[in-house]
Amino acid sequence: MIKAIAEIIKKDCLQSGTYSFILKNKQVAQEAKPGQFINILIDGFTLRRPISICEIFEDSIRIVFAVRGKGTAKMAEWDVGKKVDIIAPLGNGFKDAASGEKLLVVGGGIGTPPLLELAKRSNYVKSILGFRNKDMVILEEDYKKQGTTVVCTDDGSYGENGFVTKFLIQSLETEKFDRIAACGPKPMLKAIAEIANKYNVFCEISLEERMACGVGACLGCQCIIEKDGKKQSAHVCKDGPVFKSCEVLL
Amino acid sequence: MINKMAVNVAGVDFKNPLITASGTFGYGREYEQFFSLDKLGGISIKGTTDKPRMGNLSPRIAETPMGMLNSVGLENPGIDYFVEKTLPWLLTKNTTIVANIAGSTPEACAEVAEKLDATDIHMIELNISCPNVKQGGAAFGTSAKAAYEVVSKVRQKTKKPLMVKLSPNVTSIVEIAKAAQSAGADALSLINTLLGMRIDINSKRPILRNNVGGLSGPAILPVAIRMVWQVYRAVDIPIVGGGGISSAEDAIEMMIAGASAFQVGTAIFTDPYTPINILNDIDKWMTENNIKNINEIVGTVLEW
Ligand SMILES: Cc1cc2nc3c(=O)[nH]c(=O)nc-3n(C[C@H](O)[C@H](O)[C@H](O)COP(=O)(O)OP(=O)(O)OC[C@H]3O[C@@H](n4cnc5c(N)ncnc54)[C@H](O)[C@@H]3O)c2cc1C
Ligand SMILES: Cc1cc2nc3c(=O)[nH]c(=O)nc-3n(C[C@H](O)[C@H](O)[C@H](O)COP(=O)(O)O)c2cc1C
Ligand code: FES
Repeated sequence: MIKAIAEIIKKDCLQSGTYSFILKNKQVAQEAKPGQFINILIDGFTLRRPISICEIFEDSIRIVFAVRGKGTAKMAEWDVGKKVDIIAPLGNGFKDAASGEKLLVVGGGIGTPPLLELAKRSNYVKSILGFRNKDMVILEEDYKKQGTTVVCTDDGSYGENGFVTKFLIQSLETEKFDRIAACGPKPMLKAIAEIANKYNVFCEISLEERMACGVGACLGCQCIIEKDGKKQSAHVCKDGPVFKSCEVLL
Repeated sequence: MINKMAVNVAGVDFKNPLITASGTFGYGREYEQFFSLDKLGGISIKGTTDKPRMGNLSPRIAETPMGMLNSVGLENPGIDYFVEKTLPWLLTKNTTIVANIAGSTPEACAEVAEKLDATDIHMIELNISCPNVKQGGAAFGTSAKAAYEVVSKVRQKTKKPLMVKLSPNVTSIVEIAKAAQSAGADALSLINTLLGMRIDINSKRPILRNNVGGLSGPAILPVAIRMVWQVYRAVDIPIVGGGGISSAEDAIEMMIAGASAFQVGTAIFTDPYTPINILNDIDKWMTENNIKNINEIVGTVLEW
């Protein structure tokens, strides 16, 4: 974890309001692991913005973000050449990919980017990506390069019609998977955790919480986990953002 | 060579006047990955209570113009855990350690102080001002009588230098400051956070799960400066000033208003190197202004 300057070397608009940056910083790229995040300083704002690492390259990382409020709107104005002040890499990512392991990735909306690097590192991956509608679909091609990919929309305007959970159950009924990695809105994660439990598949989920320090000092980002039948406090920025779905209370 | 930045607050030496504010710096473990804790004047630890506390439900953080709200609610592992597991490690650091303590009754506060009395901790900071706990906390800090009672109870149980941290959420901070002084406080620290609230206009839900929380960050600097100035004129014990400090200029302003030392909190979230930058810039400012000893500037405001 360092405070570093990373230069935007590529900017893409994936959908209206959703952007992709490639940020160049060798040390951060070399330390980073799938599922970790970075904390971005935006001039004029007291708090940094946490954004997940989407891809890791030799001397750069990729992030994908949606404009949600004032801070991300400011970030969307940034262009190639902008030097960004980041603290990175932060948190605990996914369990390392192991060879011979079959991974099922389940992403919802802006929860799809944090799963891409893990998918890239797995020999065998099937991806289920859910979006509200056609205009929200992102990263389809990126995931297709890694393996079988199901894209679904809530309103059926693109790909399959229905929620990710429907296709998750279908996948688990027809094929044996060793692990699931999921990110998306809380209700979706809750449903996925229940399904993983029912099918007895190891499942990790990436959580979001409002943060101040991003490093584990302020205790601002608490979530509750249950270990050995006891409720305990955990902090998304330091103990997560990735948790075992059977341990975290959603 | 004399250290031009060294200060002494109620008999406690600090190698420089910068203390990291309680609750914003944990115990220093995380920020030690950025810089050596030896550089700091002192560290005020996360508010510690008699028993472990889980704190309030999330969300606990909301951003505000030039600041933030928090409703952490004194999440901490309890005094026994702190004394056994964390304090020995902290005391190996070459900096001054201040134990920030709180409790829901005067007796609970006194018990924590008594346990610290038997350790090598350098100073106790009694928080009578946390806006995030239902009982105690703010209640002690908002009436002179209650403040007097809790400070005296704690005073009876400890010989450690005792600093009392005051709430700004009061009609007259001077009254509370005087009560704490007469109950035996050796120093005062101010200000804690100001009670605030934010609401999501779409869901109509408060952002904080606790509905309300404490405002900190640059937005509160002028309130803190004003209160330090008022209290400095009313009491004889030293003041540690804090609230919204994010630059050397802010810190110097706080000292000119009457603070013998100062605390930095929220600004560390924006930039973890804020404490280091502030210290370097104060050093430069002293050289440029030919100030030989930082204590020279304390309380030198020339009010109209
Ligand atoms: C670990 C982690 C990883 C994330 N990864 C991504 C990602 O890869 N892509 C992406 O688009 N978004 C991601 N988010 C969400 C992203 O941080 C928020 O959308 C963003 O902070 C909103 O900022 P804003 O200024 O636009 O919104 P505002 O509503 O103006 O922000 C106000 C405050 O609330 C905080 N906040 C608002 N929404 C969220 C949220 N959902 N989660 C956490 N804090 C929030 C902001 O950080 C800021 O402090 C992630 C969040 C976390 C915690
Ligand atoms: C996340 C957070 C947690 C805090 N926890 C405590 C605490 O446990 N005890 C305490 O006395 N003050 C606590 N405070 C108050 C700070 O120590 C400080 O007094 C206040 O934030 C004002 O200073 P600042 O503007 O520099 O942050 C906390 C503040 C924040 C932001
Ligand atoms: S944001 Fe400070 S502990 Fe997680």
